[in-house]
Amino acid sequence: MSGARTGRKSSRAVLHWVGVHSLGVAAALFFVLPFVFLLLTSLMGDRQALTRDLWPDTWEWGNYAKVWHTPGFLTWWRNTLLYAGLGTLLTVVSSVPVAYALAKFRFRGRRLALLLVIAMMMLPPQVVVIPMYLFWAKQLDLSGTLWPLIVPMAFGDAFSIFLLRQFLLTIPDEYLDAARVDGCGEVRTLLRVVLPMAKPGIAAVALFQFFCAWNDYFGPQIYASDNPAAWTLSYGLESFKGAHHTNWNLTMAATVLVMAPVIVLFFFAQKAFVEGVTLTGVKG
Amino acid sequence: MTGAHPLRSKRRRSALRTAAFLSPWLIGFAVFFVYPLLSTLYFSFTRYDGFRQPAFNGLDNWSYVFTDYPLFWPAMRNTLWLVLVMVTCRVAFGLGIGLLITKIKTGTGIFRTLFYLPYLAPPVAATLAFVFLLNPGTGPVNTLLDAVGLPTPGWFTDADWSKPALTALALWGVGDLMVIFMAALLDVPKEQYEAAELDGAGAWARFRHITLPNISPIIMFAVVTGVIQAMQYYAQPLVAGKVAAGVIGGSGQQFEPGYPDKSTLTLPQLVYNLGFQRFDYGTACVVALVLFALSMAFTALLMRRRGGLIGAGE
Repeated sequence: MSGARTGRKSSRAVLHWVGVHSLGVAAALFFVLPFVFLLLTSLMGDRQALTRDLWPDTWEWGNYAKVWHTPGFLTWWRNTLLYAGLGTLLTVVSSVPVAYALAKFRFRGRRLALLLVIAMMMLPPQVVVIPMYLFWAKQLDLSGTLWPLIVPMAFGDAFSIFLLRQFLLTIPDEYLDAARVDGCGEVRTLLRVVLPMAKPGIAAVALFQFFCAWNDYFGPQIYASDNPAAWTLSYGLESFKGAHHTNWNLTMAATVLVMAPVIVLFFFAQKAFVEGVTLTGVKG
Repeated sequence: MTGAHPLRSKRRRSALRTAAFLSPWLIGFAVFFVYPLLSTLYFSFTRYDGFRQPAFNGLDNWSYVFTDYPLFWPAMRNTLWLVLVMVTCRVAFGLGIGLLITKIKTGTGIFRTLFYLPYLAPPVAATLAFVFLLNPGTGPVNTLLDAVGLPTPGWFTDADWSKPALTALALWGVGDLMVIFMAALLDVPKEQYEAAELDGAGAWARFRHITLPNISPIIMFAVVTGVIQAMQYYAQPLVAGKVAAGVIGGSGQQFEPGYPDKSTLTLPQLVYNLGFQRFDYGTACVVALVLFALSMAFTALLMRRRGGLIGAGE
């Protein structure tokens, strides 16, 4: 009797397992198939890429070399790395002290400062782009360069400040008090006590900032569009499609090459990513 | 002096210290927020092409945008469509995937990675991929639909299907919402489910009366941030429209934005169209301010003192 009962229960559990996992596989197909079709097309010949075929007749690995050697492609890489790399470094250095003050100092106007950071975080870049463009292009004559994209990152990024603050709130004040009792000033407390504990938060911010710059389309379109030597991958990729508008195979190969670094980096830093996304949403 | 007012000098030192730590952002706030915002407001009342001095023209730009500019209301309607439909679909799908991942017991890590990866795909790359995948004649999606006898829509080339196509693209990148929903779902106290199960509550009743109330702040957060993202929606609709229309990309290209038939036009694109293609900075600033008013209204919802979603940590 009791055996039959547990039997029924376990068969229900098996059904549940099968149901959940088939749903999981169906969802996985939705997320994975675009990548698969992308890769398959990137390996087709020029002619076949224009047909309805899903599977390559011949495997044209040379497509990747062709894309790589397209004039400009390497320049776009260099520009993107410069924008994303230097930008990320500047963002982290300038945002950490701000986030620390917002999380751990008590001062008048603290709430207001945080509200303004959030308002800045929510501001669509298009709202302020006209005066900013006029400032960089007409006053400083720096359009067609990466400077208008990189320099602002030296003045704290609202999203990074917010995310870091969320993270620093989770560090107990007792650690800071202990350091202060030992005679540390705020700068030394920040550098010696807080920074080592905040590494995961800083990693998350750095990754988000890196991808934000890597993926940025609007900024390069505004400041760099008239000088192909200053294009980044995101902007260049779209014009690549324009110049090769019949070659879906080459376009998809270029697309794969632009996506690849992001995905590779993700596999090295999964934890930091997931932590970052969680912090923005859950521990508000 | 320091001897006479030790407390005051200590306070002043701590205020200076706070200002020093905040200084990168204080400068950034003034230079990249306050100054351009005030300038945008000023330009919106002027005729300005970037070369001649701005000339005050009162409310001309404002009345032009709201009554005569043929692209404004289509862009507004599209933006509202995206806010309503795309955000709803994304939140519902993200919650579904979040629930699914908490139920999966075998290979969780693999599933989670697969669900998350598309979120990382650069928007321009992902859009190019989807324009290809949803190519009406030869794309793999319609090939598969055709093979099982389903209708094959025109997707990015059909004004009725271009926004659903953008929604499909947005659903593909739902990984961020999956992660925050998953974290929130795992935080729901187990005892509540056990108690409900003892009371004989079914799966739906448990979801309705325990899960939903527990995660409703996160749902609100996802909705409000989704709305703000939808209002900033730029690269995807622009690139989808241009590529589907076969416009050659690159510098100074003039094209009718929003292909097909203005259906992929959004408010941020108008700022670009007016400012950087028609060199009508004054009118572009009006659209920018409309966008600003909309975003800040939703941001206020996120930050209300009581029941707000982002506390100031007091």
